Amino acid sequence: MTEKATSPAIMRSMLGRARGLGSARSGLHHWWAQRLTAFALVPLVLWFIYSAIRLSGMKRGDVINWAVDPVVGTLLVALVLALFHHMRLGLQVVIEDYIHDERPRMVWLLVMKGVTGLLGLAALVAVIKLAI
Amino acid sequence: MATFTLPANSRIQIGKTYKAPKGAKRVRNFKIYRWNPDDGANPSTDTYEVDLDACGPMVLDALIKIKNEVDTTLTFRRSCREGICGSCAMNIDGTNTLACLKPIEECKGDVRISPLPHMPVVKDLVPDLSQAYAQLRSIEPWLQSDTPAPPDGERLQSKEERAELDGMWECILCFCCTTACPSYWWNGDKYLGPAVLLAAYRWIADSRDERTGERLDALQDPFKLYRCHTIMNCTQTCPKGLNPAKAISQIKTLMLERAG
Repeated sequence: MTEKATSPAIMRSMLGRARGLGSARSGLHHWWAQRLTAFALVPLVLWFIYSAIRLSGMKRGDVINWAVDPVVGTLLVALVLALFHHMRLGLQVVIEDYIHDERPRMVWLLVMKGVTGLLGLAALVAVIKLAI
Repeated sequence: MATFTLPANSRIQIGKTYKAPKGAKRVRNFKIYRWNPDDGANPSTDTYEVDLDACGPMVLDALIKIKNEVDTTLTFRRSCREGICGSCAMNIDGTNTLACLKPIEECKGDVRISPLPHMPVVKDLVPDLSQAYAQLRSIEPWLQSDTPAPPDGERLQSKEERAELDGMWECILCFCCTTACPSYWWNGDKYLGPAVLLAAYRWIADSRDERTGERLDALQDPFKLYRCHTIMNCTQTCPKGLNPAKAISQIKTLMLERAG
């Protein structure tokens, strides 16, 4: 056998490894929130696309008039919250799926959460500035 | 990071070709993955020309014929030859299935055979399933109940309660589904995989078991359960026609039901 040791030798039992650190007792809410935001985004995105087409070519004043309507403002805020929350949850799954080493995974998760958080806040500020 | 190319010593090379005997009329090529841990060589694909007129109808018949008559070094597991032991699970024609249940006629062109994907290979078509077996052990697949069994008989179930187990007790633990799951390929060290989750739900759904809550607790984990992304390869590939994806979604539904 000419096998090269590329990782530390493991003598821990298979069962010990399978049990690992045990159950995190979480995961349900991440999964459920991802489903809920996905469902919410279907009508919200359709409404937003419809609105964007309807508003294209209009003057800035007309767009502001549209956005100050409390119903429109609420829907815009809902869209931004659902969209960025969904994006964060989804990207977290992608990073957890594909990055195995603990430290880089933690770094990528933090970077991703920071970036999506800031982007979401920026979108929210834009909506508020437009709608108030 | 996930790796998308094989390391140099795992690249599959073209192997030997074993010709069919002269006069054979219905010849089919079997291209079989070969790897021997003892010779230090890369894996290779050997081609065996098999005369279908002198061979049984199933892929396993051809493998046994090759081992008996052509190349005794070809290594694979088999036992019952009727789809109940799960030993001859392998990848045939791109799909995980049982060689004993797969008719050669169903394969188009050359019959390509390789071990179950993404498991360590012991030799040729024999994968090392110890991780999956340990994961099965970790979900404690046996009846757990504080109520003692009646002294004079079995623990009884109604017909409806018994029917809850249909579609799960039939699982033979061949691990075709688990090794077909990309999520298991990437995170098999932590994700339990469809076969083990189906087994877990088999005990969650059993009316005689009293540890349902503890069983759900042990599964509620971003990796053990929620790495299932509903890819559905498990259900598509199951040689017994079972639906592990449905069992997993029922576990998720119960999680939601108890959390509200």
